[in-house]
Amino acid sequence: MAQRDVSLILMRQLASGIAVPMFVADEKGDLLYFNEPAEVLLGRQFDEVGDLSLEQQREMFALRDDSGNPLPPDQPPLAVALRERRPVHRRLWMSSLDGRDHAIEATAFPLLGGGGHLIGVVAIFWVAKKA
Amino acid sequence: MRVCLWGTRGSIASAGPETVRYGGNTACAEAEGRDGTIVVLDAGTGVRRVGNTYHEPRRLDILLTHLHMDHIQGLGFFAPLFQKDFEVHVWGPPSTTQDLRTRLTRYLSPPLFPVRLRDVAARLELHDAPMGRFEIGGLEVTAQTVIHPGQTLGYRISDGESAMAYLPDHEPALGTDGMPDRPDWTSGHDLAAGVDLLVHDAQYTADEYAQRVGWGHSRVSDAVDLARMGGARRLVTFHHDPAHNDETLDDMLAGAQARAAGALEVLPGREGQTFRI
Repeated sequence: MAQRDVSLILMRQLASGIAVPMFVADEKGDLLYFNEPAEVLLGRQFDEVGDLSLEQQREMFALRDDSGNPLPPDQPPLAVALRERRPVHRRLWMSSLDGRDHAIEATAFPLLGGGGHLIGVVAIFWVAKKA
Repeated sequence: MRVCLWGTRGSIASAGPETVRYGGNTACAEAEGRDGTIVVLDAGTGVRRVGNTYHEPRRLDILLTHLHMDHIQGLGFFAPLFQKDFEVHVWGPPSTTQDLRTRLTRYLSPPLFPVRLRDVAARLELHDAPMGRFEIGGLEVTAQTVIHPGQTLGYRISDGESAMAYLPDHEPALGTDGMPDRPDWTSGHDLAAGVDLLVHDAQYTADEYAQRVGWGHSRVSDAVDLARMGGARRLVTFHHDPAHNDETLDDMLAGAQARAAGALEVLPGREGQTFRI
């Protein structure tokens, strides 16, 4: 497997050392890593889940808006940050893999390399309240 | 390919009787392919001496890993720049905010330096190094960013028969407990994988590194572990700490050789040393 871009490596190392739940995805939105605080939120260890595409993430975590409607494929913050190459923040609902529902605040932002090319995307989460 | 080390010291030139065997000039190496193409790697104070070896007008390419002073300080003393029949191409890490000329002239202009880049006699061209592979004459060059403060590149150079990698300033262990154990999550792995010669940062002992995490450099053990992970055949220790005398570097080398345990050859990075690979 080819080595990841060094910005992704550094972001993964940062994620592994902080208490904020964090996702790191590649330039296609495929999930590459989430940290231990995210494991608590998602109810599953990263090693059990492995790499996930953007669509698999949306389905697996049952992402929904405040009205309970499933988020369209182009609406998760990771997808918006990737497509529009800008930071994005929104509130949404998700179901963890151990059956709990969470209202979360999510912020996603693109990682642009030294030449301005897209390397990946990062999302951080806060639990807004328990369901 | 011929590889010669012209400056092996990191941070600041440190000439003196205590550093005479490993050398006191800052980072500079030279690689020559089978067809005679030459690339000079970094322009620390060691670049002055290599510049004096080019007597006939020709094209020369200088690949800068980054723009810290110990990697550019010799550029203004590179003799071919001041000879009108030479063609000098300088490649450096790309930036989204300033081109390479603008960044280099922060040093190479008054009051820090008397001669401006625009006034050199040679035909000078400055390039943002493309990320990935590109060709210079008969050499294939691969540039990738590596972990070091500021935008910093490592280079892999191949002439089709052999390959070397040059990562003089690199901290692959940053943020980890020891070195990462997966190649895909290890900075520098793809550049170093399978090379015949890896010239790599080996600035610190383990105790020193504990006090300098995030400064952008490696323990000797990290250099060995990266070389082993990638299957490099030979490792050359490089970017020696200015506080380390020859005896200290001998001890560090012995430790590195013990850690390598015969899986690869670990050689001392000594100024003036030439390797044929």
